[in-house]
Amino acid sequence: MVIFSVYVVNKAGGLIYQYDNYVPRAEAEKTFSFPLDLVLKHHDEKVIVSFGQRDGIRVGHAVLSINGVDVMGKNTGEGKDILEYLRDANNYPVSIRFGRARLSSNEKLMLASMFHSLFAIGSQLSPDVGSSGIEMLETDVFKLHCFQTLTGIKFIVLADPRQSGIDTLLRKIYEIYSDFALKNPFYSLEMPIRCELFDQNLKGALEVAEKAGNFGAGS
Amino acid sequence: METVCFIASGTGRSRRESPRMSPSVLRKDGFLSFQTSKYRLHYYETPSGLKFVMNTDLSVSNARETLQHIYSNLYVEYIVKNPVCVLGHNLDSELFSSRLDAFIRALPYYSPRAA
Repeated sequence: MVIFSVYVVNKAGGLIYQYDNYVPRAEAEKTFSFPLDLVLKHHDEKVIVSFGQRDGIRVGHAVLSINGVDVMGKNTGEGKDILEYLRDANNYPVSIRFGRARLSSNEKLMLASMFHSLFAIGSQLSPDVGSSGIEMLETDVFKLHCFQTLTGIKFIVLADPRQSGIDTLLRKIYEIYSDFALKNPFYSLEMPIRCELFDQNLKGALEVAEKAGNFGAGS
Repeated sequence: METVCFIASGTGRSRRESPRMSPSVLRKDGFLSFQTSKYRLHYYETPSGLKFVMNTDLSVSNARETLQHIYSNLYVEYIVKNPVCVLGHNLDSELFSSRLDAFIRALPYYSPRAA
């Protein structure tokens, strides 16, 4: 059972720390001949599959490399536009690697701020008075747990839906934050956390949580 | 337990962002529910983009079947098959409202709130 990632969001909704731990994404490399039987399109500075599915390549997968050379955004490693390149029959046969694109740091920043707002909306929508913000969000592949401290810092953990003991883990991360970030004289409040000891201890806590299956009170 | 039901159509983007944070591409159901300290919001989206939202208290863990039933047995029967109802506008069917009310009251986890 895995903990996928940890996000720390400050009072204003800005992402101040992010750690990714998830398993390698599924990738598929295939050799294609002209014409390409997948429909590709530009999306957010990437080239993704908009229609077509075969052999592990799905809609939404991004082009990761062409002929072994990693792509750079919308262009090939050599700087040519990918869609132009793939429309030219002379470039075939071509070997393309598809996979789920990792979130860029900008995207993570946007998602963290979005969650910060939704967290507040969650407490407004409550049929009962005095509700907290969103404490847990569930999808079919992961569960997102959020703990908001009294000072407005949010600790967000994405984990496997079956993982238990995340509440204790969130409290433990808060403890690690106060020990290694707040007590660090060179760390300024609400700023991105760049403290080595915080990283190390956080990774340690995640390992304990994953190994135990649940984070016991005795740890 | 209080239940509040919303039905929304059209494209709502913000909730759909949650699958982007997920590590696998197997997006069968997507976002299911979220909970706060007082309530839980359940969500079901049909392939046609119709969104069903239900707020319950914390004791209800999975209402996806319920929402799916509301869609296929109530919405489709009493709204879609109703020639007078204009899809996408306010659902103005007495029959739909009363059947929905009866269905919710008959749910095992429903109990009338003490005033």
